Amino acid sequence: MRISTFFYTIKQGCINIFRNKWFTLASIATIGACLFLFGLFYAIIANFQNIVKTAQEGVSVTVFFDEGISQERIEEIGTLIDKRPEVSKKEFISADEAWEGFKEEYLGEYADGFTENPLADSASYEIYLNDVSMQPALVTYLEGVDGIRLVNRSEVTASTLTGVNALIAYVSVGIIAILFAVSIFLISNTVMIGISVRKEEISIMKYIGATDFFVRSPFVIEGMLIGAIGALIPVGIIYVLYNKVIEYIMVEFSTLTQLLSFLSVDEIFGILLSVSVLMGVGIGFLGSMITVRKHLRV
Amino acid sequence: MAKSEIRGKRKRKQFTGSDEIISLTNVSKAYATGAPALNGVNLHIQKGEFVFIVGDSGSGKSTMIKLLLRELVPTSGEINVMGYDLVRIRHRKIPKFRRNLGIVFQDFRLLKDRNVYENVAFAQRIVQVPSKDIKRNVPSILATVGLAGKYKAKPRQLSGGEQQRVAIARALVNRPSILLADEPTGNLDPKNSWEIMKLLEQINENGTTVLVVTHNREIVNAMQKRVVTMKKGVIVSDEEKGVYIDED
Repeated sequence: MRISTFFYTIKQGCINIFRNKWFTLASIATIGACLFLFGLFYAIIANFQNIVKTAQEGVSVTVFFDEGISQERIEEIGTLIDKRPEVSKKEFISADEAWEGFKEEYLGEYADGFTENPLADSASYEIYLNDVSMQPALVTYLEGVDGIRLVNRSEVTASTLTGVNALIAYVSVGIIAILFAVSIFLISNTVMIGISVRKEEISIMKYIGATDFFVRSPFVIEGMLIGAIGALIPVGIIYVLYNKVIEYIMVEFSTLTQLLSFLSVDEIFGILLSVSVLMGVGIGFLGSMITVRKHLRV
Repeated sequence: MAKSEIRGKRKRKQFTGSDEIISLTNVSKAYATGAPALNGVNLHIQKGEFVFIVGDSGSGKSTMIKLLLRELVPTSGEINVMGYDLVRIRHRKIPKFRRNLGIVFQDFRLLKDRNVYENVAFAQRIVQVPSKDIKRNVPSILATVGLAGKYKAKPRQLSGGEQQRVAIARALVNRPSILLADEPTGNLDPKNSWEIMKLLEQINENGTTVLVVTHNREIVNAMQKRVVTMKKGVIVSDEEKGVYIDED
């Protein structure tokens, strides 16, 4: 292709955009809405996953031993635990440490009344997992190990976290898929109107000997430009909104912020911007290509 | 690029070996409903000829033009234009074939939002002529059709005759071997009609084969060219220096 032809095609694509302003605006708005929702869900999911990850790191299984168990057996059990693939790390908490912790947390100065350690048999392993979903398997295993009296677990938290995470992912994928279909449909309509407005010009082009590529490319470029503009607007809006929302949460729900750890806007936008623009341009390309192939056989 | 140029030259060279530029052999075209639009038509046109195709509406003239442009494919028969077999030509070769033809319509079909210069340059852009050549070719062809001074005007600012001149300039700017004119004077008054015909004759004298489909009896009779008369899908007469035959 000649450079002059390349610029001519781009120019015609831009002219098309302005020629049917209202349909172009409608298409940009739909793609914008679609990618805005995508961005929104992406930001929520990315943050949620971050929170889940942090929470998962805090989810533990605690193992207590039979009364009068020997120190060697405890160490043997420790080795068994280390061998399990689910385990990310384990901590041994001796009976004395357990009592110290209990005193600090619940008794304060009243603890002075105790002369012996009431939790003498409460030495334990605190086990942290790689993944919450692996918890049941590990618990079943541990319950069968000789010398273990009790296995404490936080199953509710674990399954809730995985469940909510999956639910958000499914719902957002569903909504985004529907919006994608609508966007492709609208772009293809916009391009079709562009084609019908320029029907006369296209027929002259065909008579003069324009190739399929030459006739079609301005319309495909129109679609891709609409897609790109439709992607940049919502990404910009989300960028501004994101900071504001995080700021708001930090101020209004300051107690929550100790539990929830948010990603910074830059961590999210590196991926969001490129994925959104790619999707916008992709939607535009697809939508216009469908119409152009259907209606512009030269 | 270089390869296709060489190929193009070779094709043209091969073609000049024969003087027949258009050939229709036993061509029939039937549409889904009604009588066939063309029925066993044989027509052979030599390079450099000036041919009128006349006949009433429904005689098959429009179908013949569409077949020559490869807008339609015949139901049976062979069509050969400039060495291209229009029955078997591949879809992607059609644009290249059409670049050998210049087409002029009754209703001019100019782009109303563009000025005279842009309307003509448009034809060159489509076949991807470099910008510097466009800047040279367009004024020259506008001078040939007598519109050198009006290159900035929009079509609506021009008379019918002038608009048809722009259309002719657009058809000629890519230097086609054949000019097809479908009722070129249908929307013009007698004075303008004559001027357009004189222009077509001049173009023909410069070597372009010219095919004119028309209803204009006066012009056909006065110009003393080859006249092919069609009726109900068949050629009823084909005469050198012919006249417009009246319908009975």
